[in-house]
Amino acid sequence: MPLFILRRGLQALNVLFVMSLLVFAGVYAIGNPLDLLVDPNATQEDMARAAASLGLDQPLWVQYGRFLARALQGDLGDSFLHGAPALGLIVERLPATLELAVVAMLVAVLLGIPLGLWAGLRPDSLPGKTIMAGSILGFSLPTFWVGLMLIMVFAVQLGWLPAGGRGPTTDVLGVSTSLLTMEGWRHLLLPAANLALFKLSLIIRLTRSGTREALLQDYVKFARAKGLSNVRVVGVHVLKNILIPIVTVVGLEFGSLIAFSVVTESIFAWPGMGKLLLDSITQLDRPVVVAYLLLVVTLYVVINLTVDLLYAALDPRVRLAGARQ
Amino acid sequence: MSASAPPTLAVEHLTTRFATRDGTVTAVDDVSFSVAPGEVLGLVGESGSGKSMTGFSILGLVDPPGEIAAGSIRLNGRELRGLSAAEWRALRGDRIAMIFQDPMMTLNPVLRIDTQMIETVRAHRRLGRAAARDLARDALARVGIPSPDERLRAYPHELSGGMRQRVAIAIALLNAPDLIIADEPTTALDVTIQAQILFEMQTLCRQSGTALIWITHDLAVVAGLADRVCVMYAGRIVEQGSTAQVLETPAHPYTRGLLDSTPAVQTASCNAGQARPLHPIPGMAPSLRALPPGCAFCPRCGRASTACEATPPLVEPAPGHVVRCFHPLVTTLDEAAR
Amino acid sequence: MSEATTLPAASPAEAEVERPLRRLVRAYAESRVALFGLALLLVIVLASLLAPWLAPQNPYDLMQLDVLDGRLPPGSASGDGRQTYLLGTDEQGRDMLSAILYGLRISVGVGVVATLLALAIGMALGLAAGYFGGRFDAILMRIADIQLSFPSILVAMILLALFGQGIDKIVIALVAAQWAYYARTTRGAALVERRKEYIEAARLLGLSTLRILFRHLLPNCLPPLIVVAALQVAAAIALEATLSFLGLGLPVTEPSLGLLIANGFQYLYSGRYWISVFPGVALLLTILAINLVADQLRDVLNPRLHGQ
Repeated sequence: MPLFILRRGLQALNVLFVMSLLVFAGVYAIGNPLDLLVDPNATQEDMARAAASLGLDQPLWVQYGRFLARALQGDLGDSFLHGAPALGLIVERLPATLELAVVAMLVAVLLGIPLGLWAGLRPDSLPGKTIMAGSILGFSLPTFWVGLMLIMVFAVQLGWLPAGGRGPTTDVLGVSTSLLTMEGWRHLLLPAANLALFKLSLIIRLTRSGTREALLQDYVKFARAKGLSNVRVVGVHVLKNILIPIVTVVGLEFGSLIAFSVVTESIFAWPGMGKLLLDSITQLDRPVVVAYLLLVVTLYVVINLTVDLLYAALDPRVRLAGARQ
Repeated sequence: MSASAPPTLAVEHLTTRFATRDGTVTAVDDVSFSVAPGEVLGLVGESGSGKSMTGFSILGLVDPPGEIAAGSIRLNGRELRGLSAAEWRALRGDRIAMIFQDPMMTLNPVLRIDTQMIETVRAHRRLGRAAARDLARDALARVGIPSPDERLRAYPHELSGGMRQRVAIAIALLNAPDLIIADEPTTALDVTIQAQILFEMQTLCRQSGTALIWITHDLAVVAGLADRVCVMYAGRIVEQGSTAQVLETPAHPYTRGLLDSTPAVQTASCNAGQARPLHPIPGMAPSLRALPPGCAFCPRCGRASTACEATPPLVEPAPGHVVRCFHPLVTTLDEAAR
Repeated sequence: MSEATTLPAASPAEAEVERPLRRLVRAYAESRVALFGLALLLVIVLASLLAPWLAPQNPYDLMQLDVLDGRLPPGSASGDGRQTYLLGTDEQGRDMLSAILYGLRISVGVGVVATLLALAIGMALGLAAGYFGGRFDAILMRIADIQLSFPSILVAMILLALFGQGIDKIVIALVAAQWAYYARTTRGAALVERRKEYIEAARLLGLSTLRILFRHLLPNCLPPLIVVAALQVAAAIALEATLSFLGLGLPVTEPSLGLLIANGFQYLYSGRYWISVFPGVALLLTILAINLVADQLRDVLNPRLHGQ
């Protein structure tokens, strides 16, 4: 088992290195930030001085070397626009994004698994069909448009919930959160629902098809032939089997939630790192884009690693295979 | 076993139907048989003949759109038809146990053996985990599993196929059932392990007086194991009797055909080592969706006549030997030995 | 069917011999919802193909626009009384129905082109990886794995951040974000098919590798690919709309549905819902129709669910 973890850890570092190379090459090699940052009427010397102060006059590999050396110390350069450390800007906004993503994922899982089980156990019943129809709809609704509709209905027409912003936050151990106040929850509700919708549909479908497949398996028939109650057959024999793919998908999809929060954050003016990324892309603020990318890549690698380990913990067959290697 | 003992299981006129889009399909059609304590009944037929469905019907595990449409199932004199879901559940795994064909598939891959055994005990008896675990260990030891304590902590994938089937058998034995239904439990195993398990099952059932229904397509297995045999074709029992009667003096043309297409069945009259030409039955088993009227075997039968388009009568060539046919084979020992 | 029991299957002798295509068509037609999806899809495809002839006005010919007609609610008559704006107008007096038809044309076009390109590239790579195996396979699948562990929106966003806007750029971004799905699917199917006897037979007959790949292997890998491609067209359209909504996708000169929705965003707060809502409905119906068709295709083409 420790060997298994070590191997996966090394793989993860490898991915990180390759990604840093790609990200750097992509962002620093194409486009010219000087066009945006320096006054177009400036002289050649002014341009050169600006380029030198940003390190842009050096050969690419020197730029990368510096970039990597500084990156390892947590220094990903200063934002061209804000003049502040890029990583700091992102990390500052990380709690807001994580809070949004975690709540959205919880909503998706806590609603999705029971609904999916129901639809899987009674696929031909009216509720079963309704759940499926709803999930196909949820799959087809573009996230950003749902966000607009939520604002239109709940904020503009009904006036129940705020249309955007994060609301009051409380600091817990240096991390700001809006989960402790009623007002914070009111602000969080719409964006979280918006972000959760797609994943909810996904989890419903996954649970449903897993359940249907499991019900056809001999081990379920055997469990029933043993005289077990339905609660135990479904709650233990079926659920434990379908939980394995679900945990994997939930883990992997968490990363995609963070990516998709760019959309939700920009609609609901949620002050997270997705909104910062979008602003940075449109304004060519490349250090921030790079910092975001590397942070997200690191996050992904960590998530993937966690999923792998969780998978091994859940599925005895994998555990054995991992231990043997 | 004496035939006069009151039967553990008595099935009469059992009929199980499925409502499909193309109409009703009768998977089990007017099936009657009984099994005495300690007796082994071989239920023989090709796939699709309704033998597995008969087993599921006795367990009350026919799910919609299927249903038991007629007949009675009595376990130790108690009628099972019409029991509530909870009553059925109390019976399954306790009084009636079932073993499935593929040991790779019957044990839940993500649960340890002990979990799967203990839950079976505790579903039926008020026992603590430790007491249930002791029972599980004893059951594993009884089916010949070495170091049962260690095996209890294993996951199914850590055991071989034969070992897993033994575990499944141990689970069936856990609550000392009155009846075990074994649905081709050795088909997926190596021949040597198959023989061991057959022998052990037979011994265990004889000792405990458990009735055993052994569902199989393999006449060779039946010959060595069963006291009595029922031959099923297209949902009906076409012939039943003692193993000797059915295998040595088959009266139904289908049974005869099965025997002629089976390599070297070890019966008293069929000397081992003597080569015998195989004669496969012409044609294919009919679809239950489109059964011919009257005798379902008629289109493949060399003895068929126009009379066979009506439902054939029950004929009793010898006491306890019943055949459903217009033209039963009048077999002489000569012919059987051919 | 039941959970604990299975009906004996019809024996081959009795089963009616049906041509595979007819069987598929019949199986597909069993779901009324799926038929509805197909009909809806046909309407949408026709509408986007015929947009210039169906639309009441050319929404991007500024001569035809009248700013005085700006932000009229659905059903209003134009200032000169010559036409009725069924779905209202935007801030420039543009007929929303016309804008939606033209936007649909761009959205569907970009989605289909990107999917076909990604399909061709992914299929060729996946087929080769599955058939030849070895190093090529290992490296290709490693790349696909790494890329698939990142959501396509992130990949596409980064590429657009690098390349800038434009219809060609967004097609490249969509292809780059999606090729790996096809490569993986094709490779998986090719691995299964490769071991089957007919490939061995074709090899023994001395057929050329290319012929084996495309005439023998590919047709048998198609069913899963068709399903993935159908689902991915919907994903591509949704992704393009999202990117355009965020201002990263298509330029203002080629307004897809996503951009129309973005334009109407600010007017939502003042109750002028139609500028955002109707393009959104068009987008939703498009994606829904494709998903319904793809869903049924998956059920019909999945051999594992047959006979249930």
